[in-house]
Amino acid sequence: MSKFKSKKDTSLPAVNTASLPDIVFMLLFFFMVVTVMREDELKVENRLPQADQIEKLDKKYPISYIYVGKPTKSLEDRYGTEARLQLNDKFADISEIQAFINAERGALLEALVPKLTVSLKVDREANMGIVSDIKKELRKASAFRINYTTAAGEATGNLD
Amino acid sequence: MAKRAAPEVNAGSMADIAFLLLIFFLVTTTIPKDSGITRKLPPIEENDEDVIIKEKNIFTVLLNGKDQLLVEDELMEIEDLRAAAVKFLDNGGDGSCNYCKGAKDPKSSDNPDKAIISLKNDRLTSYKAYITVQNELVAAYNQLRNRRALEIGPKKGFDMDFIAMEKAYDDVKFTGNKTKLKEVIEQIKTEIPQKLSEVE
Repeated sequence: MSKFKSKKDTSLPAVNTASLPDIVFMLLFFFMVVTVMREDELKVENRLPQADQIEKLDKKYPISYIYVGKPTKSLEDRYGTEARLQLNDKFADISEIQAFINAERGALLEALVPKLTVSLKVDREANMGIVSDIKKELRKASAFRINYTTAAGEATGNLD
Repeated sequence: MAKRAAPEVNAGSMADIAFLLLIFFLVTTTIPKDSGITRKLPPIEENDEDVIIKEKNIFTVLLNGKDQLLVEDELMEIEDLRAAAVKFLDNGGDGSCNYCKGAKDPKSSDNPDKAIISLKNDRLTSYKAYITVQNELVAAYNQLRNRRALEIGPKKGFDMDFIAMEKAYDDVKFTGNKTKLKEVIEQIKTEIPQKLSEVE
């Protein structure tokens, strides 16, 4: 009996915390690597529709993004609830698309210019009027490669 | 015996373990990529020449402002669109297409090369409905291409469907013969071309 008692008395040695910094650094590095910086701050609502016949958008080639949707809650007072388009990080007019595409092209190597893909990130609740206008402008700017960026999932799930 | 304290754990190798984990995550993490339906817009034609296409070779899909679907002048549910498009493309009415397995209805399309799907939408159509229709139409083409790939692929040594072929072609780790694979992909693409026209 006495044996058991004496064992209870021995206090545990303190846990060595020397490696805690390492673990913290590891986590830090992990998040540093995984985090993708959002190129543009979103000013529009952007819930993408779902589709299942999709192709990956190759980052090898340059991509320009056009966001469409109604302004976010905080901006509703100033900009209303009608769907608008966002280029870079500000609201834009349809007529600014050509200038935007030309500016994007200007930043590219010449060989990559024809490979430029325009990724249309359009909110599922937007209507096709604005999308048709954008497509017309893109045709005028000779930016023919487009990608309707979507989330992965059953397409019929969109209509619920 | 009674007073023996537990020896201190050597924590010197903890850092190594931490780095091991770090390197493991570094190697395995992939940053999520955007994906979507890629389309090519038609260039603006300066002189509009009217091309005469037979009525039976056009499959009209109309999506109105209330997201209702009208296919070949009949109301249709979105769930049935894929099957209807496949039936139209696969018809092979003039008998020149030996890989078609359709009904050979003389009132429907002649062959997949001549068959055109025409998609018209309203300004008030919602984007999600439009994407769903686009998705179903691409799915119809993919279904036929997959079927064709499984017919001709095994003879050339590629036992996979069309989607897998395209993926393998883009895969740097693919060990097979890429030039041969490219030929097969191109053959299927010319046999079943994606002719999707959008009306403004």
